[in-house]
Amino acid sequence: MKVNKVYSYALLIPAGLIYGLLFLYPTIMSFFFSFTRWTLTDWEWIGFENFIMFFEESSLMIGFKNTFIFAFLTAGLKVVLGLILAVILTSQLKTKRFIRSTVFFPVLVSTIAVGIAFSVLMHPSEGLINQTLGLFGINGPNWLGNPSLAIYSVAFVDVWKGVGIATVIFIAGMMSIPKDYYEAHQIDGGNKLNAFWYITLPLSRPAINAVIILALIGGLRTFDLVWAMTGGGPGFSSDLIASIIYKQYQAGFYGLSTAGNVILFIMVAVIVFPIFKFLNRREVDL
Amino acid sequence: MSQQTEAKKAKQKKSLTRIIVEVIAVLSCAVFFLVPFYFIIVNSMKTSAEASQLSIAWPNEFRILENIQEVLAARDNMLLLAFFNSTVITVSSILILLVVCSMAAFVLHRRKGKAISVIGTTFLAGLMIPPAVVPTIWVLEQFHIFKTFPGIILVMVAISIPFSIVLYTGFIATIPKSIDEAAIIDGCGGFRLFFSIIFPMLKPIHSTVIILNAVQIFNDFVHPLYFFPGSDNATVQLTLYNFMSMYNTDWNLLFTNVLLITIPPFILFLIFSEKIVAGMTAGSVKG
Repeated sequence: MKVNKVYSYALLIPAGLIYGLLFLYPTIMSFFFSFTRWTLTDWEWIGFENFIMFFEESSLMIGFKNTFIFAFLTAGLKVVLGLILAVILTSQLKTKRFIRSTVFFPVLVSTIAVGIAFSVLMHPSEGLINQTLGLFGINGPNWLGNPSLAIYSVAFVDVWKGVGIATVIFIAGMMSIPKDYYEAHQIDGGNKLNAFWYITLPLSRPAINAVIILALIGGLRTFDLVWAMTGGGPGFSSDLIASIIYKQYQAGFYGLSTAGNVILFIMVAVIVFPIFKFLNRREVDL
Repeated sequence: MSQQTEAKKAKQKKSLTRIIVEVIAVLSCAVFFLVPFYFIIVNSMKTSAEASQLSIAWPNEFRILENIQEVLAARDNMLLLAFFNSTVITVSSILILLVVCSMAAFVLHRRKGKAISVIGTTFLAGLMIPPAVVPTIWVLEQFHIFKTFPGIILVMVAISIPFSIVLYTGFIATIPKSIDEAAIIDGCGGFRLFFSIIFPMLKPIHSTVIILNAVQIFNDFVHPLYFFPGSDNATVQLTLYNFMSMYNTDWNLLFTNVLLITIPPFILFLIFSEKIVAGMTAGSVKG
């Protein structure tokens, strides 16, 4: 009791006040305002109208679908590619420091800059990607102009930019696996593929879980990359919930925009939270 | 004798395959990860006409200095203003974060009981929950700080608090409690214990918090877009966005702008890459 007194709540107040007022309070209020027609100064209760609109308008509904695809696709690719890179970078390779830095650097570059650069590289006729494909006689697609392809092109760039984080997390996980396991495996006559399958992969579980959760949260909230590359277009074909929130805000539909926020909140809670629980349970079983 | 030369040959062959593997690894990684940067740099040095071809060819005419001048001067020195604004926001946010998050993490780690663990979970929830946009603007307007430095700085602090607290808590867990106890016996109160003994011990983690938040806040596009609008309030990432509509075809200037705003994070990366990687992995695995 006496010790708790020294660790006074007073030390918690500044952080709590800022976080409470500018993060928690708006989050709680978003649930209320999502049921209103809202002008910032005035509101009118309209029940579920905003939410019904979200699921009836095809231009809004598509954002819901895209967000889902985007989050799971990028998370999956980051795990697979990150694992491959991490295995390569924990090997005997002498240039691994250079490669690791190169893979990681895009993480620190601004998303908008990356988005702009890739939207030029993905230009259908002049862009470097299709020019290179042309050298091999391949007629490259219109990466960002084709409505059914645009969201996947953006997802590819998101993986390009973010795989570095997954890689360094995997490397940290793999470095902490005791070398004895691999030695024992070698003495038993096991090959390298088996070593990956039966030692590296199961013992990297905590790192894999962390990457899945981080990538899903990041993917569900993505806005800037889509905004820089397609602006949600062509049409609404590559809109994500986060870009719809922005568009509705710009258009002055504050209630509708906030309903988008609430839907995003619920998506994160419904998707990420159960996965988090599930993954952690498996971890305990090991 | 012949056996020895054979062994030598085998060794040479092995080292040759190794060199080939290394070269392939470096090349494929360079093609995949470095070509986009090469593309940006090369095009930032070209004339407008040459850059409009969008190729990775080496420039015929070097115009990098003129391009930099032009980009800096564009729209009444908007980029310079943006650098100033972004620096003010980044530095002030970090200074506040250092103090408030280390204090909070100390109490969150040391204090025991149900109430404190609920508070801790509430802070952690911020790692997952997407910030509510319009309601935050509404709160800022209630305090008359929408579109102002205090407004955007406090928002940046609020959204960076959860991750910074995770970093601090992890580090404070490694500081033995016996240090606290000795200070308490000597008659130290909570504040003195924290500020004169614990806070200076947090130096290594302070620098991690500074670097990670600096990159994050400096590169942030979304929050200044929402909470700090207006042309006087330009931040570096928004200059790109404003630029695109203005110089629709002047790709050389756009890429010069990209280059200029990538320099600060690049310098941090060169000096602190180990620290950045360590901070991000530690924080994420715990979070």
